[in-house]
Amino acid sequence: MSTFLPDGWELVVGLEVHAELATESKLFSPAVNHFGGEPNTQVDPVCLGLPGTLPVISKEAVELSIRIGLALNCTIQRCVFARKNYFYPDMPKDYQISQYDQPLNIDGWLDLPTGTRVRIERAHMEEDTGKSTHLGGDGRITSATATLLDYNRAGVPLVEIVSHPDIRDPEDAKAYVAELQAILVTIGSSDGKFEEGSMRVDANVSVRPVGSDELRTRCEIKNVNSLRSLGRAIEYEARRHVDLYDSGNAPMQETRHWDEESGRTKSGRPKGDADDYRYFPDPDLVPVDPSREWIEEIRAALPPLPSARRAALLAQGADATGAAVIVERDLDTLALAAIDAGADPARVVTHAVQNLNVDGAAALDAGHFADLVKMEVGGDLSATQAKTVLAEMVETGNSPTEIASAHGFEAMDTSELESIIDGLIEASPDEWARFTGDDDKIRGKMQGFFTGQVMKATKGQADGKVVAQILNARRNG
Amino acid sequence: MSDPISRDEVAKVAELAMLELTDGELDTFTGQLAAVLQHATDVDALDVADVEPTNHPYPLVNVFRPDVAENRVSREELLAAGPEIEDHMFKVPPVLGEQP
Repeated sequence: MSTFLPDGWELVVGLEVHAELATESKLFSPAVNHFGGEPNTQVDPVCLGLPGTLPVISKEAVELSIRIGLALNCTIQRCVFARKNYFYPDMPKDYQISQYDQPLNIDGWLDLPTGTRVRIERAHMEEDTGKSTHLGGDGRITSATATLLDYNRAGVPLVEIVSHPDIRDPEDAKAYVAELQAILVTIGSSDGKFEEGSMRVDANVSVRPVGSDELRTRCEIKNVNSLRSLGRAIEYEARRHVDLYDSGNAPMQETRHWDEESGRTKSGRPKGDADDYRYFPDPDLVPVDPSREWIEEIRAALPPLPSARRAALLAQGADATGAAVIVERDLDTLALAAIDAGADPARVVTHAVQNLNVDGAAALDAGHFADLVKMEVGGDLSATQAKTVLAEMVETGNSPTEIASAHGFEAMDTSELESIIDGLIEASPDEWARFTGDDDKIRGKMQGFFTGQVMKATKGQADGKVVAQILNARRNG
Repeated sequence: MSDPISRDEVAKVAELAMLELTDGELDTFTGQLAAVLQHATDVDALDVADVEPTNHPYPLVNVFRPDVAENRVSREELLAAGPEIEDHMFKVPPVLGEQP
């Protein structure tokens, strides 16, 4: 539990995450769903809500939404689309097609790597809105002289994932979003890109006295565009609430905008629970009632989730951070296959974390990777040489033996190394005296000095471990 | 019983919807809208306490479309329907307040 709040106060956060689905077409029409097109080139009469148009839902969008529900342990149910009525030009038909009292996915949960379980209230389907650009003034809505509308995003399929207010720590909020993002990408439902807006987060923030289970007035924080901003925004907002209560005031329920530059949230629109969107079932759309068979078919085709993939690495002795990094880079299949082929798990994990942060690493041949690790562990390659060979393996696809022999990397004869080291000891008597002294810190430094000299003399071909052994043998002898 | 909707109210709604109606059309639509509203009033008078709400008159579910993308209408055609265009975008009067 982080301690950014004064004693006696507890943070209460629920998150709403919007994820754009990775479909080819829009939710209710064949217009193209791709990020970054020229304004209004991915638009059709359905997106514009022109009279006489009729929405028809994409089956793929429903399937990708069910995948999300299954990955979040939700119940998948018969669902109905509703019109959320509001007047704003980003939605030209003056309502957004969403789901209201009968959403597709309900009552799930997400377990975070930190151990926290966050309950999922619902994950419903809806269409995205268009993009407004406000002209004139300082670019803000209130001083604009006109607004320009690009409807490329209007009608893009979204799933809105609503959590219960189960989050007590900004770090857990970040972990929740990161885990959700990893899941969405893994199951192929969304590309989960903050920077392209395909994943957007709103945070409902409130505070309460420790020990209480009340839910106090919350503020909805929008415009949070990165994990870092999310943590900062939540901390700022919670402190603001505590300050208000401490001074005898109370926060007002409202939407607030995070301003990255000033590090503050700014008041937006007052928001009551009584917002009247006049929801009613959309008469243009029939209910979606996924059959058990279809749901089970989708479940069976789901790839292993990030949590299971991390667990497989942990079972091989990887540390939590290493496992997380490897899964994030999609290198777990490679790593596990190499371990399976007999490579030392610890070296495999180290290489995957430290030396495979490059494009194309996942395509590495697992047998080659295993061979490399075996050569290194067997003393045929030094750690430095192994790193060089590995980089070249990713680039060329050649085997480690080919690459090592092309570089002339061969295990150095120990006696050859011994004579090099003896020569260095003779040439650097002062350093050697300090190495053999009692100060561990200085000895460590001097070991570095001698190792560096050996590497220089051998053009990096010496094995650092063997060098250390010889140095210590000389010191003790 | 007073008329369910007046001719002036229909003219106001038409103006808000940016529809230009002739005098004859105003008369026609006032009559038609009045009939619709009267029907709603008639239904409202029924006791439906024991009737299950119906979302849809058809017992249909799962009407799907394959996920095939196709831009069927050119940007020029679509923009031609807008009142004012700038930089290939629809231009509308300043919007007060934020998106709900």
